[in-house]
Amino acid sequence: MADGDTQIPKLDDPLQVPCIKPGSMDGLQPFLAGPEHQEKLGFPGQLVPDWKERTLAKMKEMAEKNRAFQVYLDICVKCGACTDKCHYFLGTADPKNMPVARQDLLRSVYRRYFTFAGKYFPWLVGARDLTEDVLKEWYSYYHQCSECRRCSVFCPYGIDTAEITMAARDILAEVGMGQKYANEIIGKVHDVGNNLGLNPKALTATLEDLEEDIEDDTGVSVRLPIDEKGADILLVTPSADFFAEPHIDGLIGYAKVFHQAGVSWTLSSYASEAANFGLFIGNYENMRLVSQRIRKAAKDLGVKRIIFGECGHAWRVAYSYLNTLAGPWDFLDPNYPVPQHILEFTWGEIQKGTLKLDKSKNDHLTLTYHDSCNVARASRMGETPGGQFEIPRNVIKAVCNNYVDMDPDTIHESTLCCGGGGGLLTDDLMDLRVKGASPRMTALQQVTESHGVTHMAAICAICKTQFSKVMPKYGYDMDSVVSVHQLVSNAIILDGQETEEDATA
Amino acid sequence: MAYEVNGQTVEHDEEGYITNLSDWTPELAEVIAKAEDIEMDDERWEVVNFLREYYDEYQIAPAVRVLIKSVKKTMGPEKGNNKYMYELFPYGPAKQACKIAGLPKPTGCV
Repeated sequence: MADGDTQIPKLDDPLQVPCIKPGSMDGLQPFLAGPEHQEKLGFPGQLVPDWKERTLAKMKEMAEKNRAFQVYLDICVKCGACTDKCHYFLGTADPKNMPVARQDLLRSVYRRYFTFAGKYFPWLVGARDLTEDVLKEWYSYYHQCSECRRCSVFCPYGIDTAEITMAARDILAEVGMGQKYANEIIGKVHDVGNNLGLNPKALTATLEDLEEDIEDDTGVSVRLPIDEKGADILLVTPSADFFAEPHIDGLIGYAKVFHQAGVSWTLSSYASEAANFGLFIGNYENMRLVSQRIRKAAKDLGVKRIIFGECGHAWRVAYSYLNTLAGPWDFLDPNYPVPQHILEFTWGEIQKGTLKLDKSKNDHLTLTYHDSCNVARASRMGETPGGQFEIPRNVIKAVCNNYVDMDPDTIHESTLCCGGGGGLLTDDLMDLRVKGASPRMTALQQVTESHGVTHMAAICAICKTQFSKVMPKYGYDMDSVVSVHQLVSNAIILDGQETEEDATA
Repeated sequence: MAYEVNGQTVEHDEEGYITNLSDWTPELAEVIAKAEDIEMDDERWEVVNFLREYYDEYQIAPAVRVLIKSVKKTMGPEKGNNKYMYELFPYGPAKQACKIAGLPKPTGCV
């Protein structure tokens, strides 16, 4: 069992390697999905009687269909390069949270049943029998990985550890051990169109409310259109942007940018979610079904372009897989990237000079930027390599005077996970989330001490929620995490906007 | 897993959200609040009542911003902010207040 220690780790350095505490997170697990959340996704409602046969059959199928899966399981030489690269290991000190050890929970079973040496000399090659306890161990430790892929950056063989986690979760769901948090959410997307379960009436009311707020603040009528046929741009954004803080301030920022750029755009109530938790649970069919909603919405509304809002893994799915999952996109305007990121759009407008920006509106803040894992390591932005690092920073620097980067070993492709990604943003894993955030929080504390950084900007709904929940544990206010487009929103001066100078004149 | 109210049991899920929304009564709200270490007062009732009214109309909890705006109108600008909401409901106005109001848990990246 987990040792029950819920202390906040104190690190001297963001990447300080802890003394190991074997078993310290043993048995920690998120709630299992009940039958109603399992069956909606095509999984059995509870652990099936023939779980062993089905687990091995699924592993065999994966090894045959997905060459990468087999190679990753075969090729690891235990060099140890990944051991200290995981934020959950750094934060929990549990050696099973070393990426190589986590993979070995599955690899040891693969060896036992699918390799010559493991079949005949299991004790020589670290092979072990599949038992119900092994399944439980998988459920626990494959839900202590956020699929952020920081370890993969350092693997000399390029093993994508997240693929192993996804495979393990897929196997578990297929034998009846799905995760409640992720599966309930995917079910809501299938039923209603978004993670929240926000119906069109409520969504429309929320958007109208925001339009009122913007007009009260600026004196300018800025629209947040929904289901408008014939609009040029379909904006697909995480539903947290309609609900949570500081996400919603980012949504206001997108609306102001579109308004000032003079483009016609719309949201869709049918595809009112950018997130795709099908990725997190490693299930292709659910990922495909979620993506297909975007295709249908784009066709029904007759848009020419698709732009994604601030959501980390959504951009990975969009940038890397959308064509396979929901393409071809030949009905869209080929003059624009399919899909495009909102930051690419905003940066383009800033370069064109269509946005009037007053940087001093953010002078009360000193910013740093948290690269979201899926944007940093699984996608790109713009035309040049590294655009996914530069464009968000360019936009921030265009709207803020005070900007500082964190420790170079914790940003760009080496960025640390927020601690809540990959389907772990659930209250039942709060202890893990708090501990997993400690490397990032330590890097932030360093720039707070050295440069007076007050706020951290992010472009991922999960990062924003995770940080607003865990930052208070590390001495920051919950509103110390901000949306990048919230900063844009603060700085942008709309045509006809009443400024303070007007008010005092 | 159930709450006990006036000799009746009301089922809830692993996280304390009631399973059958029509089971909710003001007495139950007091019981849930107590389980959450919260003492209900006029201001907390104001929030809970607003959540229930909003849910009646829209079948979902309001955005935090919408809730705060309403609080600002009824309780004044010094209380109409996220920080004050967290003083009332330390685990967050969306999740904890919804639980006490007998509404489903907001899901997603929130």
